[in-house]
Amino acid sequence: MYNFFFFEVPEHLPFLLKGALVTIELSLISMVLGTALGFFLAIGRLSSRRLLRLPMDIFVEIMRDTPLIVQLLLIYFSLPEAGIVLSAFWAGIAGLTLNLAAYLSEVFRAAISAVDPGQKAAAISLGMSPVAVYRRVVIPQAGLAALPTLGGYFIALLKDCSLVSFISVNELLRHATIVISDTFDSMNTYIMVAIIYFVMSFVSARIIRHIEVRLAPTNRRGTISVPLTMDKEGAR
Amino acid sequence: MTSFSPSSPVLLVRQLRKSFRGAPVLKSVDLAIHQGEIACLIGPSGAGKSTILRCINFLERPDSGEITFFGERLCSEDGNIFHIAPERTLQHARARMPMVFQHFNLFSHRTVIGNVMEGQMVVLHRNRDEARDRARACLARVGMLERAEFYPDQLSGGQKQRVAIARALAMSPALILFDEPTSALDPALVQEVQGVMRDLSAEGMTMLIVTHDMRLVKSIATTIHFCADGHIAESGSPALLFGDTAPSRIQSFMDAAAH
Repeated sequence: MYNFFFFEVPEHLPFLLKGALVTIELSLISMVLGTALGFFLAIGRLSSRRLLRLPMDIFVEIMRDTPLIVQLLLIYFSLPEAGIVLSAFWAGIAGLTLNLAAYLSEVFRAAISAVDPGQKAAAISLGMSPVAVYRRVVIPQAGLAALPTLGGYFIALLKDCSLVSFISVNELLRHATIVISDTFDSMNTYIMVAIIYFVMSFVSARIIRHIEVRLAPTNRRGTISVPLTMDKEGAR
Repeated sequence: MTSFSPSSPVLLVRQLRKSFRGAPVLKSVDLAIHQGEIACLIGPSGAGKSTILRCINFLERPDSGEITFFGERLCSEDGNIFHIAPERTLQHARARMPMVFQHFNLFSHRTVIGNVMEGQMVVLHRNRDEARDRARACLARVGMLERAEFYPDQLSGGQKQRVAIARALAMSPALILFDEPTSALDPALVQEVQGVMRDLSAEGMTMLIVTHDMRLVKSIATTIHFCADGHIAESGSPALLFGDTAPSRIQSFMDAAAH
């Protein structure tokens, strides 16, 4: 009978957690950079100027139609041949960021397009500049609409980070393989790794949900929620 | 170019034309609005009334013609060249002639008071306290102060429109453009918006109103412009256009509107 009591793995737990910390670091940095780049890609792809739109469309298609692992291998192993040398960590960040940005550009494009054109017209009719219309009306609403999907992508990113172990980034999965080579206990190690991934994803999902609820307009503090029927009566 | 005297019209529109995909919607519109005037644009659906408003506010780019607001040319023709003023000039003009829309178009992520403060802070660069004080005064004017912390989706249609009017008022406008302000409201809520507009007219606010609401027209209009087939077909006082001697096409329109 296999021993499922993690006799040896717990002593390696701090080492695994150190890897998990790198996973979190990779995810957070890639998320921030990917969100920013994805947003600019979305704006560019919504532009009426074909010259601006076309290169962005091509970039997004390439990133979405090729596997992330191939992109990571290209960035880490092939770019040096073109004179661009990145450390494993930053090559991982670059690959994850570019891949995520391509997907998020679609999310943002949909969210921006979904903002009521009437509200944009109202903002323009008050004398707002196009930048102000985006900053004050479009982005806050599009951001709120995109948040649940963004959360889902963050959790997917957290797990995708395991792929950067192939380019020797010392994240959770790579630490796990080191532990296995030391203990020869793949079962308990991988179960432990799965548990750590689960906890990270579960906690992230809760935090994202909390942010969603806090940012939803009608849930903000200080708002009085009154049923519409009562509201109408009160107006008379 | 700026040349404005108190007797000049606040807004002057000459030979305004606009086509959509080659189909002419405005064929040649001439319009003059004076200080304190409440001009109502009436006419059958598809006559181009809302397009006139959207061109005046440059939500739609006119194809040709001239629009002068407070003596400042917003667009003009020089020979065969149609010239539109720089975006900054248009933004400045829009802030002084905000628009109230048929479907309210309140910013759904802002509270009622946030909606009324937004344009003041972003466009007029008023500080938060100043904008809040002005917003509260405008909301009180339309009877919506008690709902200041509500979000638009917690309001009835009539209340939303009153907030939209307060948002326009907060910009200290010289002219307010109304695009069918009561059309999206059920009859019970029309009166509360009509009431606010009547109050504004009594206070001397200059307004250009596109509407099918003949009760509103009769109660507040100082001038009526009848729009048909892409131009202003008739203009005059309510007594002239709604009286027994009214042109036959206005009488037919009124008969149709009554039914």
